[in-house]
Amino acid sequence: MDTSAGFSGAELPRIVIRPSIGWRSLGLQDLWQYRELLYFLAWRDIKVRYKQTVLGAAWAIIQPFFTMVVFSLFFGKLAKIPSDGIPYPLFAFAALVPWTMFANGLSQSADSLVASSNLIKKVYFPRLVIPISSVCSGLVDFVLAFVVLLGMMLYYGIIPTINVIWLPFFVILALVTSLGTGFWLSAMNVQFRDVRYTIPFLVQIWLFATPIAYPSSLLTEPWRTIYGLNPMVGVVEGFRWALLGTQTAPGATIFVSAIVAVTLLVTGAFFFRRMERTFADIV
Amino acid sequence: MNDVAIRVSNLSKQYRIGAVQDGNRTLREALTDVFVSTFHKAVSLVRGQAGAAAELTKEFWALRDASFEVKRGEVIGLIGRNGAGKSTLLKILTRITEPTKGYAEISGRVASLLEVGTGFHSELTGRENVYLNGAVLGMTKKEIERQFDEIVAFSETEDFIDTPVKHYSSGMYLRLAFAVAAHLEPDILLVDEVLAVGDARFQTKCLNKMQDIGKHGRTVLFVSHNMPAVMNLCSRAILLNGGAIADDGPSYQVVTKYMTSEFSTVASREWTDPLTAPGGDIARLRAVRVRDEEGDIVETVDIRRPVRIEMEYDVLKSGHKLVPSLQVSNGEGVCAFVSRDVNPAWSRRLREKGHYRSEVMIPGNFLAGGTMYLDVGLLVLDPLRTEVNERSAVAFQVLDVIDPDSARGDITTKIPGVVRPLLRWNTEQSVNAVTS
Repeated sequence: MDTSAGFSGAELPRIVIRPSIGWRSLGLQDLWQYRELLYFLAWRDIKVRYKQTVLGAAWAIIQPFFTMVVFSLFFGKLAKIPSDGIPYPLFAFAALVPWTMFANGLSQSADSLVASSNLIKKVYFPRLVIPISSVCSGLVDFVLAFVVLLGMMLYYGIIPTINVIWLPFFVILALVTSLGTGFWLSAMNVQFRDVRYTIPFLVQIWLFATPIAYPSSLLTEPWRTIYGLNPMVGVVEGFRWALLGTQTAPGATIFVSAIVAVTLLVTGAFFFRRMERTFADIV
Repeated sequence: MNDVAIRVSNLSKQYRIGAVQDGNRTLREALTDVFVSTFHKAVSLVRGQAGAAAELTKEFWALRDASFEVKRGEVIGLIGRNGAGKSTLLKILTRITEPTKGYAEISGRVASLLEVGTGFHSELTGRENVYLNGAVLGMTKKEIERQFDEIVAFSETEDFIDTPVKHYSSGMYLRLAFAVAAHLEPDILLVDEVLAVGDARFQTKCLNKMQDIGKHGRTVLFVSHNMPAVMNLCSRAILLNGGAIADDGPSYQVVTKYMTSEFSTVASREWTDPLTAPGGDIARLRAVRVRDEEGDIVETVDIRRPVRIEMEYDVLKSGHKLVPSLQVSNGEGVCAFVSRDVNPAWSRRLREKGHYRSEVMIPGNFLAGGTMYLDVGLLVLDPLRTEVNERSAVAFQVLDVIDPDSARGDITTKIPGVVRPLLRWNTEQSVNAVTS
């Protein structure tokens, strides 16, 4: 559907409805008009997420924290995996905080369209709003876990370097990766519910393919740069570099990661728009 | 400013039954489909019948070449039987789904209401849901804030506005949802049959509110089975039948036409051409008839009397188990019941080729009064699939008689429900409880 909603002066918005063929524009203007809905849906997800739980928002901290404890025990203490000169718990947690945001964003956005089928069948709005709001709602959990991370840094007496100004960039990189993957998976999940069952695997494999329990300094160049093809490598190494001052200045890796993440996002968005026309009929 | 709010030209929508309509098909199925259909195509190409490949999925047009114009400020009723294409038309105009062919142009801010309470979340409070639902329906935060008190007052839920809606009664829930919808301020309002729910008093309140909308120069297009409401609210009505526009004109004329055609010709339907009759390779439906006890074809039946539904069908391929089925729904589209032939003598038998007639009797004192629509189907077992599903194949009127020997007893007011069985009550006076 073309949506040429132009608000020029006193003229009424005009909507043209016709069958669409092939690839479509991303409809960013339309998306912008529905930004309030995006906000409300994210707000709803946040409000509802920990309703009827005893521990409430503490779950946002418990998840990465206990993973960190387990990793520290098995990988840090038993397997004695190196951690770039940083205390292992901190080393793991600095990676788990962005990772948890990414992984939750990915799983929730992948399932988001199917979970919102009642909306899709009954109301029009740019469907991209749905996965975007699921990913964005994870930011609150991230902030909570991040506060704990700051606390841990204080405990271990580690002061971030000036590189910390780059941190927002890595947060955005994680969001972009999560969103790009989410676009692809959510659109496929509408037609093939198989996707839902592959997500736990995907997340698990991706977790071990990302230097969370181990440092990427185990790899030598050029492998380390190639490793950046997994955008989460850039995110995790970036977090450690910006916050903990690890020596693994991630230059080339980050560059590769950023390119892959943006490619995922753009292709994912186009794929999503292409599939979008059938969502209401088959979801 | 031009005065046409909605222009629809040759709008059509095709659905595929079988393949895509089944919704969540798995990857395996899709892959199998790809191979199977490629194989079929190859085979038919070898045999020189290229056309045969196209028939693998059943296609039907939910909407066919609909064209009309709506002037600014007009209030139009969209009427027709279940499955006539009203909702499909509305879903296209609201941009929920895309048309397969054709073109429509809408000028003005559009709000649509296909369901009340879309997006309501049971864990959130009434207040939070007003904001959420308002945003879903396209209101801005400012608009919601400005109208918030009015919405709450209209819904009559002031005391519970900060309670999660999961604790609401269904009436309160609906009132709140309606209240949000009633405060939309679009230029064009597209409404599906949402007023069929809720209590009578509140329905009237909403209808009045809608009437106000019309007076404010807003364009309203609304689907309804409530003929008095259509005649009351709309200056013009559009009648859809089988996906096409059957009539378009002053509402009283169109409604009259609909009512008369509805009740005179639909109690019996026959498909004379065995090739185009509803069905597939295994069986095709040939006739459905509504008869009374005496065997006469009837359009109306006394609420106390039984009615016989007869279906005739051809079995084209031997060796399948076939189950005739029936779904009865009332004028609002609410399903009263589904019935299938469970008699093992037939339902477990592999049918031979031939012509069959199945009949089922719906007892008297069972259905409620009003128009009843019958979806008639044939299921194939092992594996289960639908061979025929003819929606609203026939219809009949259940005549609600005000007579003490019906289930109504001595009550003369409106009685809700899609069924009204005559049940046996037993009352005893307990002797020992009155000792004090």
